[in-house]
Amino acid sequence: MNVNQQPHIATPYGQPPLQGYQVYGQPGYGGPHATPYGPYNGHNAAYQQDAPPQPPGYPPYSSFPSKTFAAGLSSDLSSSSSFGLGPGRVPPSSGTPPVSAPGYDQYPQGEVQNGPALIASQPPRPPASQAYAQVPVTLPATQPLYHQQYQAPPTSTQQVTNQMAGMQIGTAPSQAGPYAPPTSSHLPSSTAFPTPGNPSYTSQAVPPSQPPPNVGVQQGPHPPTYGGPPHVPQQPFPGSALPPVSQQSFPTAPTPSTQASLGAPPLPQPYGGGPPVSAHSQFPGSLPPHQAAVSQPSPYRSAPPPTGFTPSGGAPAPARPTPGMHGPPFPPQSVSAPPGPQPNHIGAPPMQLGVPAGPPTGPLPQQNGAFGQMRGPQPGYGAPYPGQPNFGSQPQAPAPAPPAQKRLDPNSIPSPIQVIEDDKASKSGEVFMTGVRGQAPPLVTTPFQVKDQGNASPHFIRCTAYNMPCTSDMAKQSQVPLAAIIKPLATLPENEGPLPIVDHGESGPIRCNRCKAYMCPYMQFIEGGRRFQCAFCSCVTEVPPHYFQHLDHTGKRVDCYERPELSLGSYEFLATVEYCKNNQLPQPPAFIFLIDVSYNAVRSGMVAVVCEELRTLLDTLPSEPGTDCPIRVGFVTYNKVLHFYNVKSSLAQPQMLVVSDVADMFVPLLDGFLVTVGESRTVINSLLQQIPEMFADTRETETVFGPVIQAGLEALKAADCAGRLFIFHSTLPIAEAPGKLKNREDKKLVGTDKEKSLFQPQVSFYGNLAKECVAQGCCVDLFLFPNQYVDVTTLGAVPCSTGGSVYKYAHFQAQTDRDRFLNDLRRDVKKQMGFDAIMRVRTSTGIRATDFFGSFYMSNTTDVELAGLDCDKTITVEFRHDDKLCEDTGALLQCAVLYTSCRGQRRLRIHNLAVNCCSQLAELYRHCETDALVNFFAKYAYRSVLSSPTKTVRDSLVNQCAQILACYRKNCASPSSAGQLILPECMKLLPVYLNCVLKSEVLQPGGDASLDDRAYLRQLVSCMDVAESHAFFYPRLLPLHKLDVEGRALPTAVRDSEERLSRDGLYLLENGLSLFLWVGVAAPPDLLRSVFDVSAFSEINPNMTSLPTLDNPFSKRLHEIIEMFREQRSRYMKLMVVKQEDRLEPLFKHFLVEDKSSNGGASYVDFLCHMHKEIRQLLS
Amino acid sequence: MATYQEFIQQNEDRDGVRFSWNLWPSSRLEATRLVVPVSCLFTPLKERLDLPPVQYEPVLCGRATCRAVLNPLCQVDFRAKIWACNFCFQRNPFPPTYAGISDVNQPAELMPQFSTIEYIVQRGPPTPLIFLYVVDICLEEEDLQALKESLQMSLSLLPPNALVGLITFGRMVQVHELSCEGIAKSYVFRGTKDLSAKQIQEMLGLIKPTVAGPQGHPVAPQDAHTSCRFLQPVQKVDMNLTDLLGELQRDPWPVAQGKRPLRSTGIALSIAVGLLEGTFPNTGARVMLFTGGPPTQGPGMVVGDELKTPIRSWHDIQKDNARHLKKATKYYEALANRAAVNGHCIDIYACSLDQTGLLEMKCCSNLTGGHIVMGDSFNTSLFKQTFQRVFSKDFNNEFRMAFGATMEVKTSRELKVSGAIGPCVSLNSKGPCVSENEMGIGGTSQWKICGMNPSTTLALYFEVVNQHNAPIPQGGRGAIQFVTQYQHSNTQRRIRVTTIARNWADAQSQIQHIEASFDQEASAVLMARLGVFRAESEEGPDVLRWLDRQLIRLFMFHLRRSPFLQVFNNSPDESSYYRHHFIRQDLTQSLIMVQPILYSYSFYGPPEPVLLDSSSILADRILLMDTFFQLVIYHGETIAQWRKAGYQDMPEYENFKQLLHAPLDDAQEILQTRFPMPRYIDTEHGGSQARFLLSKVNPSQTHNNLYAWGQESGAPILTDDVSLQVFMDHLKKLAVSSAA
Repeated sequence: MNVNQQPHIATPYGQPPLQGYQVYGQPGYGGPHATPYGPYNGHNAAYQQDAPPQPPGYPPYSSFPSKTFAAGLSSDLSSSSSFGLGPGRVPPSSGTPPVSAPGYDQYPQGEVQNGPALIASQPPRPPASQAYAQVPVTLPATQPLYHQQYQAPPTSTQQVTNQMAGMQIGTAPSQAGPYAPPTSSHLPSSTAFPTPGNPSYTSQAVPPSQPPPNVGVQQGPHPPTYGGPPHVPQQPFPGSALPPVSQQSFPTAPTPSTQASLGAPPLPQPYGGGPPVSAHSQFPGSLPPHQAAVSQPSPYRSAPPPTGFTPSGGAPAPARPTPGMHGPPFPPQSVSAPPGPQPNHIGAPPMQLGVPAGPPTGPLPQQNGAFGQMRGPQPGYGAPYPGQPNFGSQPQAPAPAPPAQKRLDPNSIPSPIQVIEDDKASKSGEVFMTGVRGQAPPLVTTPFQVKDQGNASPHFIRCTAYNMPCTSDMAKQSQVPLAAIIKPLATLPENEGPLPIVDHGESGPIRCNRCKAYMCPYMQFIEGGRRFQCAFCSCVTEVPPHYFQHLDHTGKRVDCYERPELSLGSYEFLATVEYCKNNQLPQPPAFIFLIDVSYNAVRSGMVAVVCEELRTLLDTLPSEPGTDCPIRVGFVTYNKVLHFYNVKSSLAQPQMLVVSDVADMFVPLLDGFLVTVGESRTVINSLLQQIPEMFADTRETETVFGPVIQAGLEALKAADCAGRLFIFHSTLPIAEAPGKLKNREDKKLVGTDKEKSLFQPQVSFYGNLAKECVAQGCCVDLFLFPNQYVDVTTLGAVPCSTGGSVYKYAHFQAQTDRDRFLNDLRRDVKKQMGFDAIMRVRTSTGIRATDFFGSFYMSNTTDVELAGLDCDKTITVEFRHDDKLCEDTGALLQCAVLYTSCRGQRRLRIHNLAVNCCSQLAELYRHCETDALVNFFAKYAYRSVLSSPTKTVRDSLVNQCAQILACYRKNCASPSSAGQLILPECMKLLPVYLNCVLKSEVLQPGGDASLDDRAYLRQLVSCMDVAESHAFFYPRLLPLHKLDVEGRALPTAVRDSEERLSRDGLYLLENGLSLFLWVGVAAPPDLLRSVFDVSAFSEINPNMTSLPTLDNPFSKRLHEIIEMFREQRSRYMKLMVVKQEDRLEPLFKHFLVEDKSSNGGASYVDFLCHMHKEIRQLLS
Repeated sequence: MATYQEFIQQNEDRDGVRFSWNLWPSSRLEATRLVVPVSCLFTPLKERLDLPPVQYEPVLCGRATCRAVLNPLCQVDFRAKIWACNFCFQRNPFPPTYAGISDVNQPAELMPQFSTIEYIVQRGPPTPLIFLYVVDICLEEEDLQALKESLQMSLSLLPPNALVGLITFGRMVQVHELSCEGIAKSYVFRGTKDLSAKQIQEMLGLIKPTVAGPQGHPVAPQDAHTSCRFLQPVQKVDMNLTDLLGELQRDPWPVAQGKRPLRSTGIALSIAVGLLEGTFPNTGARVMLFTGGPPTQGPGMVVGDELKTPIRSWHDIQKDNARHLKKATKYYEALANRAAVNGHCIDIYACSLDQTGLLEMKCCSNLTGGHIVMGDSFNTSLFKQTFQRVFSKDFNNEFRMAFGATMEVKTSRELKVSGAIGPCVSLNSKGPCVSENEMGIGGTSQWKICGMNPSTTLALYFEVVNQHNAPIPQGGRGAIQFVTQYQHSNTQRRIRVTTIARNWADAQSQIQHIEASFDQEASAVLMARLGVFRAESEEGPDVLRWLDRQLIRLFMFHLRRSPFLQVFNNSPDESSYYRHHFIRQDLTQSLIMVQPILYSYSFYGPPEPVLLDSSSILADRILLMDTFFQLVIYHGETIAQWRKAGYQDMPEYENFKQLLHAPLDDAQEILQTRFPMPRYIDTEHGGSQARFLLSKVNPSQTHNNLYAWGQESGAPILTDDVSLQVFMDHLKKLAVSSAA
């Protein structure tokens, strides 16, 4: 049900917002649902009809929506939470509202209005579902109530959204009450309802089937969202939308407080709407969700019953503040409910209570994210399902959760898409000025320009928190990790680079005497400019005479704007000979290509592809503008033995030198192994031509690996330079040699305490080898072409410690995977890199960099050593307090990277960043960046699997996030019912993202992810930047059928849930590693023709890896988009066409991260409920 | 004595045998009293223009412990078609193929003139000769270039079907694959790590668990030759190899100031041996090592790479101060033994101004019958011509080399063999004719000589075991049979059988006959070999003392002074080199080595041999001295002045010109036949090179007795060595005093 509806809705509305609304709008549910469901439709119609009339009334709704926003903001959702039922509803409301205030218009109308209206009306009419339809009007009224509740949250729309609570709340309370009973009966709430309700509602008995309605109710709300169409009529509401708009303003208004106030107002309106109705509507809505498709009609009817229930729910609600909402109608139900409900109540009651509180949450406003889960969850979660327990803090634990999930309206929970779109709307196109300390930059998904005014660009550094707690106590209390995600050599947009290079002359860069911090804008010049005080350690250092400059009246150096190191956040110093190994200026680096020529490698075509590509690729080695490429290259092939090649320019033919003594690797030649491409071009070409021929008939299947790296390392040592090894490898190295591996892929270990051993290298050999590589500045890039297990963990150990990359092309076939591999290779080879790098992060006294994540090696606790550092590699640094920070000075970071450029110049790249410090937790929570947090958490967790079972890792991750959110709830949110889930505005997506991390293949074994895949991803994530990790964990899903062929804009992405996919749609999904083109079975022939050049769905070749280039605007635009996506990512994404209901679809579904995953990962809704439970436990 | 002389000469010409005694004392006791044991110098493959090989198998005695070959000394019953073995007296029927023999129809082996006979036998498929070049590339550019040219030239000298391989070494060792086209391929080994033969073969991809050949080359199991990519027929790869040699570069690894280049000679040899061992065991093969300096790393290292540490001298060795000596020697010995077991011989061509570690490596050649050639540079005619001479051919246009020979000695019952001295190793074949007293390499009746040429000569020592109380009937003869199986250079397997007999004589009654049968020359060489053999294994002074004790009645003055026993003024390498040749050359050459020949040219008559004495050095003479290793032409003071004045260019002094030319022509003759080519020195009175002459002559006139002799002639030698006169005086005294 929802599915269909959702898509619609989603698209039409900024789904997120809508959702939020929906939540609130549980009433809305009715509405939306209506559309989806026949009956609903009826209702919708009714609503719609109502709507028009309602407009006035709706306005309130609209306001609700707005409120919802508000709610979101204020977390009023809590109020929504009151909706309880609404776990779905409430949350939605909260969620939705915030999301897209704009969208709201429509959505709100549709959903909210519908929902509430329906409910409202319904309650009265409880018995007749149809009645609901009519009810709408009344519903609105009820909705208002919700809204009010929501509204509070709405204040901060987003918050509201966050406030899943709303969802839960809404549903929970109102519905819950009613549902609860049913819920107890199980989702079949309908049944349950019937039973309980039956008495009262005989007709409802019918509903029993409807019980689903309960669910449906929640769903109901969804429907609205989905029910886009129905909404359409509602669109009229747009007018109502206006209110939302205002709400939007609210949102803007600091979610918290303002929201509250905002919320308040809207709420009233909602009230006008007739809260009870909403409750009803919710029910119906909820019903549909589950039953949705199955028996929409019945659902409708059932819906009525539900409504009836709702009433009952309402009843409880009434009892509570919400009364208005559910109260009326439900009373009876509630009565009935008790029996069944009780369990629900157990959970639900509190919930509901919470719900009522919800409104209060409104007051809480500050916390945007408050979800009325309490109610919602309880009702939705617990109540409906025995699972209630889940929701019900205690009882929840059990199964309930899942059911609950189903009930929670996804539309009502915080939507990543909405957040992204909001950020885009508000910040894209702006120039981000880095001059202001402690301001959080736009999201990574938002295109923006940066003006360096003394702090490093977010392209280089992003922080989890831009307002750090002053004391370690605060930090501990909040549990918010303080980390910086640093990408020192990031490629800047063309209009922002390159960094200026500063030469301080023979004495080298000017530094603080004590802490050795480099000259930066934070240094304070004193005594007329003769000395400067270090901003990091406060030590005073003499200014060398050649650097002296007078100060102006403000104490600034007169030349401060002429000197990058005094005015910019990022710049480079030329290093002197003291900064070089052995006090000798470095040689230009060398690239060595080591190619596996064993049977598998040859047969897959890899050898031929590599050799052919290298012939042209060698012309594009990185060089600095205006200089010849000084990089020398060398070639090695290997199977069980290694073949070195002498490609000296004076030779007529290359010479092959075979080294069979792999036990004790050495480089057999010096002269002629490393050559410059220019000089030896002919010989190299001849070699590359002959390699595939020479080994064409090979029957050698065994390979070595350790000696291969040793060979490269020894060659670099012999040449006394740093460099990169490109290893093209195909199989598990089982030949007798150092670093020999055995197949240890043991599925039985997965999920046990011993699983961690699978993530640890099999032998210590590679660890030691990595150490040597780092010492020499030998960066290893590994391209794997496995047909079976190759132990990526172990093979990747050296690349991962040397700043290299691992690329994996399972079951490589030249024809199909060639593009992907070659593009990766080209990009990898051409990358701008620093060699033999050392990174040091200095900080203000008070904090200290304590932990580092990424591809590097550390021989002590402070210096990050990187044999190579490329423009994509990111290092995440965690900071901890070792003293107090001062609010006045803030916290300063200086990241200095000493490296050798590709032409052999030794340089220092400096990035400076100042962030604020706070003594109030609220400040901290206001300036966090969820994407960065997730990046940190993922890296942290991925490293933890080395030492702990995955389950422990997952639990501790959940626990830490729960603590973060609980701390917020406890210390920053305005008081509200415990049943309400309140999330900080800037962290409202934390649960959804966290869930994505938790269910990622690394942390959640199962499904068809091989051990190698997991190890590969684990290593891959460890050096991702925020943008990559964001896309990786929450893939971008574009509805292509909504593509505006003419415009430049991309269609608004949709949430990663199957429910959002329309059978007649075409979607493009990308996660930074793969591209999927999903084709619905009902995709219109025109569309198919313009994309695939086929006329029917069945004619699409599911094996295609590239789309035909067709002469039509759509196809062209699609190609453009695909190209653009590929360019944005550091790895080439192979395109896979997924036909709906075809064999590849399960694979594709894996990326629909809001859904339950095949490996046991929870759906977003379920997880949210679980989080809520956790938080509640912490709070109680 | 003339008869004896003729007899001796005849025997040598026919059988290549010279005995110390040509009548044998009939009992052990008497034999031991003779001081010089019954012994002989035997040249197994002596060139015999008049000896066409027979094309059938030899007939063997049927007794399992005997297996002697039918020979002219056997008693034959032509009617019964039975022959009696003259060693064990077993009566053997002739094989069916001999059905037609009769008094008048005798097979060759029964005819007295065929006391030495050669059989050609069919034993498995013919195996081509193998030449494996092991080339040092840490040479000076000039040397390397010369060496490359020599090697390229040598390809044209090899039999076209011979297999050839190339290993180069410096810091690393490269085994070159010769069969590949396009890319030149080689397998590289680090020069510091010793590998077992199995490892080497694995690393070269020569043995594999799977059926598949390395790199997809299919292995034809029945024909191992094609499987070895490193040894290929010359005719097939000579272009490739010529190019490959042409492209050889000096070892590219930098040699720091004050260092020697890193030379992995030990590993290179080990790989060469291992390669052959795995691919062609028991097939004639020559490993030819060309080195320009001492091994400086890895096993077999002779000296470190620090130039400040000089290579060991005799002084160091005596002080036990040569760190690497024992280890290296042991290493090379092990290698040599492996090669010997497989029938492969190792040549060493060492050209350097400094020592190259021959002392340690000599066993490689000594035990396998390989050559050692020592020179100053590869860019000298000494090396170039010597090397060329390795491939010289005989009158049949066949190479003067034989491979994988085993020589067996069979004796009649009164004799046992005590041992052999020569370029051979023991095959540890115990038998009834093996004496318990070892002299030289003993304890066996069979020896292996992996590489031979027609002049290779072994010294064999016998023991008379007949007891005094079991007299041998009058006219009894003792017999010795030498059975030498070898691979001829044309890849045929051949067996040469030499059977000789000598009369027994009762020492008491026939002492004068025995004395008459004494062969002074042979005895001198035989005793010298024993001395050298001992010198190799014992401390120098002890050997001299032994020699003095043993040879108290012999004329061994020059031997005492020779470089074979004296190490003064010679480096360990030189000593090794001299000794190497001494124990393998035939009698004539050996005599020259012991007592150099000095010819004098003057206006007063034809060239005449003169005493090797300082008194022979006169101003108006030209002297030609042949020490085997050196050819010295010495112009007396006056001659030198005349020559300087240019009289030889004046028509009126044509005779002077001829005089000057005479020794040159004679020298040329020697130069052209001798292997190795001697160092040719043209010097004059007062010239620095005159030392070669002065150090050899008997210092009858020294600064001590210059005026005592009071003669005008001669040149005083500044030395403290005793002169022959003094030596003889002492000798006489001692002889008298010990005569009791």
